[in-house]
Amino acid sequence: MRFGGLIFANLFRKKVRLLLTIGSFAVALFLFAFLAVVKSAFSRGAEVAGADRLIVTNRSGLVNTLPISYQDRIQGIAGVKAVTQNHWFGGVYQDEKNFFVQFAIDPDNMRKVMTEFVVPDDQWANFLKDRQGAIVGVKTAERFHWKIGDRVPIKDSLYGPTKTWEFNIDGIYHNNRPGGDENQFWFQWKYFDENVPALVKSTAGWYVLKLDNPDDSVRVTKAIDTMFANSSYETKTETESAFAAGFIKQFGNIEFLIESIGLVVFFTLLLVTGNTMAISVRERIRELGVLKAIGFSDLSVLFFVLAESLAIALFGGILGLALALLAVPLLSAALNGLLPALVLSPVILSLGLLVALAVGGISGLLPGIGAMRMRVVNALRRV
Amino acid sequence: MIRVDGQGSGKSLIQVRGLSKAYSRGGEQIQVLQRLNLDVDKGDFVGFMGPSGSGKTTLLNLLGGLDVPTQGSITVDGDEITHMSGSKLTQWRARHVGFIFQMYNLIPVLTAFQNVELPLLLTKLSKSERRKHVETALSVVGLSDRMNHYPRQLSGGQEQRVAIARAIVADPTFLLCDEPTGDLDRKSADEIMSLILRLVKEYGKTVLMVTHDPVVAKQADLTLHLEKGLLVEGGERQEVAAGGVA
Repeated sequence: MRFGGLIFANLFRKKVRLLLTIGSFAVALFLFAFLAVVKSAFSRGAEVAGADRLIVTNRSGLVNTLPISYQDRIQGIAGVKAVTQNHWFGGVYQDEKNFFVQFAIDPDNMRKVMTEFVVPDDQWANFLKDRQGAIVGVKTAERFHWKIGDRVPIKDSLYGPTKTWEFNIDGIYHNNRPGGDENQFWFQWKYFDENVPALVKSTAGWYVLKLDNPDDSVRVTKAIDTMFANSSYETKTETESAFAAGFIKQFGNIEFLIESIGLVVFFTLLLVTGNTMAISVRERIRELGVLKAIGFSDLSVLFFVLAESLAIALFGGILGLALALLAVPLLSAALNGLLPALVLSPVILSLGLLVALAVGGISGLLPGIGAMRMRVVNALRRV
Repeated sequence: MIRVDGQGSGKSLIQVRGLSKAYSRGGEQIQVLQRLNLDVDKGDFVGFMGPSGSGKTTLLNLLGGLDVPTQGSITVDGDEITHMSGSKLTQWRARHVGFIFQMYNLIPVLTAFQNVELPLLLTKLSKSERRKHVETALSVVGLSDRMNHYPRQLSGGQEQRVAIARAIVADPTFLLCDEPTGDLDRKSADEIMSLILRLVKEYGKTVLMVTHDPVVAKQADLTLHLEKGLLVEGGERQEVAAGGVA
């Protein structure tokens, strides 16, 4: 590029300032990517939710259970293809910090409804035959170095006095949806039901049902809630994506919080780089005047200022995103599966670069326009 | 031939007719130049002298297309520049004017070579052609061995020689020098003036120079004085000397 040498030389005019400005871009873009990853992880449940699935929970809250007898009644509603149920377990493997999700599941219907979870048939067959059997997500298996045939103790204090439950790892599941959850631990509801206090027996945490036709969701939702209205266990039926979104809201308005922080970061960065570029241009008004005097056009002066600003944004942005690429897997590991997979997707990376370039462009625009409009005779008079 | 009576042949390289420039300051009109006439032929070397605020630099700015007059016209090599648009004037400057400033005005982050190359970036010359031109310009000013030095690594005189190389590298129609020795010691000033004289004599350059220094001024073919916005002949160099200013 013909003017590359001039732009490059000007970039390195004040090395410390350049490093600090690139550094502020890098930190801001790192934070941007980090927040975007967390936001995306929180909303992933809703994003990957099946359009043809409904969730039925106790109307008074997710912590309250529903009778197991509801399963057959829901199955009887026209348009319902299959119904399965889950029960939260909440056990601990070796240490409190080794968190992962455990569900007591209905093995007879699980695979009919949750079709994205893939378990080899031979492993599933072994699981069905084994009352203490368990199927574990590939990520959790890798995390604890579990393999098929291992016997795993899980301590639980949610259902009566603290007790250690023994499970046999019979299978490992994968999720065929990109970014889908592979951290869960499933075991047979019957084993759960046999070992919990009477109060919890014959209950389900929630039901998941698959529809023949997603267009029936409104009708089926209404039918289920009407069926159990005015009973001791009223239901709340909603689409899986609505359920996932509601679940996220239990943590507070994460989306608003993350977007607010992102906006503050964006504007702070805009002020920092805008100020830097303004100082940088002011320092060399006379030089820019000389360039104009010897024949450089107003637009080329604007181009020089913008090119510098964009170059800083690009370097800083790439550095910040590269740091985020390194840090996200570490964060994911540190969270111990508390959130679904943290993925720094190409979309987030592209968006990050766009944000960086937008900030670079905007912050360079005002001083650039000032330099463009400056009269040569005034600029040459400046000391 | 240099004339200030507006009676030039019409074939002069630079023709100034009825040139006026007024500034407005605090609501008050300040007339800096009043109906100036000037004819300069190719290869002439004109000096402008005058007290501070007499309009020397304003005249140079007008002649270089950096400022626009209130009245009058400037024609250079057949092009009337006073009615050119801003962008046309910028292109015209790149092709026709070489500026030499008192403070050298080199870009500090560029080497001598890169500074001299700047005007050529606006041309269609290839990289190797540009290199050839820059090396030639730097050899004319005697700085072939300093082309990779930054301005901070050069003396004042050397910096001004780089600035002169930058001014001549694109072979402009004329050179405008605003106090080219004003920031230099006598020895360096003499070297710079020798160089400018060489450009006039050996290379046939047309030079218009503003200076406060009578010793420098007397080296021009003719020195014109600006007084109260009017241009008056200060006499040929012998007359300046005879006036006892030297």
